[in-house]
Amino acid sequence: MQDTPNAVEMRGIVKRFPGVLANDHTDFDLRLGEVHALLGENGAGKSTLMNVLAGMYKPDEGQIIVKGAQVRFSSPRDAIAAGLGMIHQHFMLVPTQTVTENIILGLSEPHFYLPMAELDKRVMALQEQYGLKVDPRAKIWQLSVGEQQRVEILKMLYRGARVLIMDEPTAVLTPQEVDELFVTLRSMTASGHSIVFISHKLDEVLAIANRVTVLRHGKVTASGLSTIGVTKAQLALLMVGREVVFSVDKKPAVPGEVALSIDDICAENDRGLPALRNFSLQVRQGEIIGMVGVAGNGQSELAQVITGLRGCSCGRVLIAGEDIANMKPYAAIKRHVAHVPEDRHGVGSSPGLSLADNLIMKNYRESPVSKGWVLNRSVVRKQANQLKTEYDIIAPSIDVQARLLSGGNLQKAILAREMSAGPKLIIAVQPTRGLDVGAIEAVHKVLLQEREKGTAILLISEELEEIMALADRIVGIYEGKNMGELPAQTATLTQIGLMMAGTPQGSAQTKEQ
Amino acid sequence: MIDWIVILQAGVASGTVLLFASLGEILAERSGVMNLGIEGMMLIGAMTAYKIAVVTGNVWLGMVLAMVAAGVLSLLHALVTINFRADQVVSGLAINFVGIGLSTVLGEGLSKSGAVNLLPTFSLPLLSQIPVLGPILFTNHNPMTYLGYLLTPAAWFYINRTRPGLHLRAVGEHPAAADALGINVYGLRYRYVFIGGLMAGLAGATISLAVSPGWFSDLTTSGQGWIAVGLVIFAQWNPWRAAAGSYMFGALRRLILDLQGPQTLLFFANPFYYMPKLGFFLQMLPYALVILILFIGSREAMKKRLGTPAALGVPYVRGERGL
Ligand SMILES: Nc1ncnc2c1ncn2[C@@H]1O[C@H](COP(=O)(O)OP(=O)(O)OP(=O)(O)O)[C@@H](O)[C@H]1O
Ligand SMILES: [Mg+2]
Repeated sequence: MQDTPNAVEMRGIVKRFPGVLANDHTDFDLRLGEVHALLGENGAGKSTLMNVLAGMYKPDEGQIIVKGAQVRFSSPRDAIAAGLGMIHQHFMLVPTQTVTENIILGLSEPHFYLPMAELDKRVMALQEQYGLKVDPRAKIWQLSVGEQQRVEILKMLYRGARVLIMDEPTAVLTPQEVDELFVTLRSMTASGHSIVFISHKLDEVLAIANRVTVLRHGKVTASGLSTIGVTKAQLALLMVGREVVFSVDKKPAVPGEVALSIDDICAENDRGLPALRNFSLQVRQGEIIGMVGVAGNGQSELAQVITGLRGCSCGRVLIAGEDIANMKPYAAIKRHVAHVPEDRHGVGSSPGLSLADNLIMKNYRESPVSKGWVLNRSVVRKQANQLKTEYDIIAPSIDVQARLLSGGNLQKAILAREMSAGPKLIIAVQPTRGLDVGAIEAVHKVLLQEREKGTAILLISEELEEIMALADRIVGIYEGKNMGELPAQTATLTQIGLMMAGTPQGSAQTKEQ
Repeated sequence: MIDWIVILQAGVASGTVLLFASLGEILAERSGVMNLGIEGMMLIGAMTAYKIAVVTGNVWLGMVLAMVAAGVLSLLHALVTINFRADQVVSGLAINFVGIGLSTVLGEGLSKSGAVNLLPTFSLPLLSQIPVLGPILFTNHNPMTYLGYLLTPAAWFYINRTRPGLHLRAVGEHPAAADALGINVYGLRYRYVFIGGLMAGLAGATISLAVSPGWFSDLTTSGQGWIAVGLVIFAQWNPWRAAAGSYMFGALRRLILDLQGPQTLLFFANPFYYMPKLGFFLQMLPYALVILILFIGSREAMKKRLGTPAALGVPYVRGERGL
């Protein structure tokens, strides 16, 4: 192994942002034909380092060596020309254009007229070669997330990329899609491609990667470690610098009164199609309901209806006995409903406002944050600083714009805001997506603490492990219908899988009378 | 009596002005930059064209310099919005005032210039013989009208079937994606804002040298630049729909003029003839229609995103998060 030549070497990379040293003399090397995982806490500088490699950012110091020759990229085009392609954390696809159009975008050939039928055929041939199926004539917005990712990979392969940089490619995939992706990655490394794989999911890293490099605060803490014989706990220790507990210990639930009762809700999705069909559910104080379902089966819409972000055409949403269906979001806020939304940038935060303003966005109406219509800036700053420390939000200051936070730290900020308001009901949608192991542990701890305080919690997550670990009852959702519920202690993965595929389980059969 | 053939024929000729302006704006907006300064750029174009025609007697030189003058003004907009990332609406309005002001000052005294060479008109052989369509579309038009027939399909083809068109759409929909693939976002936005300026200049020159010849200060364009802004939304950024809208508006403007002529309308006394003040009401209608379109457009098009370029109005900065 030792004499395998390097596809890429990065030496002493330094990248500064205002107030942040994102990469601090970071070294990284990628061998031919390997999958090299890049690990690190949220904000450790993984995306930044790879953006430097892909020509998006110019490094302040350091050098990049591709196949033995030093290179200097001034734009992503140079990196692509050198055979380096990056698939970003947020996909870079034009939603209104077709698959083929996205794949050929930016190429100088064909020069003027686009013979689409001919180009579609070429894309098909490439798909065949790597087993990446997706209709070349479909528009991007019509595709599932997994299919969109295939388009991103095809885009890079079409350009002849030999090195593929994937920034958290599995964060938004279903377990089956992850398996398919891994098959593709293995066939790619077999044909001589090298892959950088950023992920927070240590199981996946151990399954796919040959070696790992770990970053902490922009510095390398483990460089090119072979994954053979390494355990999750060891990786976690390298990442966060302390032991991480993967199992949660949970006291038995003491369910109290019904805090949220959803009665026969019907609602439509953004495209005007039915998303919820006569859905009913009850959540009691002091318990966590885990909702499982394949993405797009009405989970997001359900959370929106409860929090007042979406209207419903029938049914009631009772919070502590009062119907708030079709009322404004403030109706839910006033009744102490906390919402940790799926969309962190659009719904969860205001990207252009400062971290401090985002942290008080829910209680700005109340004293002492405001008196009448005047905000008390010093109280705002004090509260914000307190939350920043308490929730370990890594940011240069509370005045930094929210959009400049790394994904994980933005999520911590949202949690800090929602939990500090003293919630009676928490609607948490994918609360740990994209978070590092340490942060996940923290989120789980917060949710369990709230449960012990008697807060009712609806946890919507695609992480089955998370649901199994935290939930007291597990409810399935499929095509907007309730697939029944199972007690978490006895639920099996098979039963959960059946619910997700549309076969009602447990109490659902008896409920139909 | 109202002669429909004449109305439609004149409608096509005057609609060509709107067509040029809106095609240019479609290209600019497809790249993500809105330019509300069309009216001002058209005025600069109209004044320049007329002035050059007066001074040199060469209408073609007038047309070319009109495009250049309006193009230069549009580059100012590009500089302010693309490099300095200023608000596109504010900059567009400013461009508008610059255009109105400059053309008024530089066009001082131009209205009393006497006889001036204008664009020639001619009929197309064979095509003008087609019944109904021949007289409307191919008889006694100036060359700009015929150019309009060619530009509409050309613009559609360019946007939808060519590589530069693909890049244009990508830059307006998802500039970060385009940038990541090595497309020069700033360069392309400059190019299309400039083309939008050239087209607005051409539209202005077509007014002052052909459709309603002369220089009447800001009455020369009488708000047609604003109608073009509305048309672009009405057209959902599609050249064919823009052409349909332009010719329709052109015919409407002419119909309104002609409605005030005859003493009777459909056997009744014509109120617009006997009460000339009502004519002002009629003349207002096309503009009211634009407000209506903008209103519906902003509600429907923006919400359901009927063809609205997703990055329209949003400055692009590489590596900024959350965009
Ligand atoms: N464009 C930018 N402007 C200012 N600061 C930035 C920018 N991009 C990243 N940062 C900061 O640099 C640090 C590293 O961010 P980076 O996105 O590389 O982290 P990461 O390791 O990818 O984290 P995550 O796992 O959350 O994606 C963070 O503190 C982040 O706030
Ligand atoms: Mg990242």
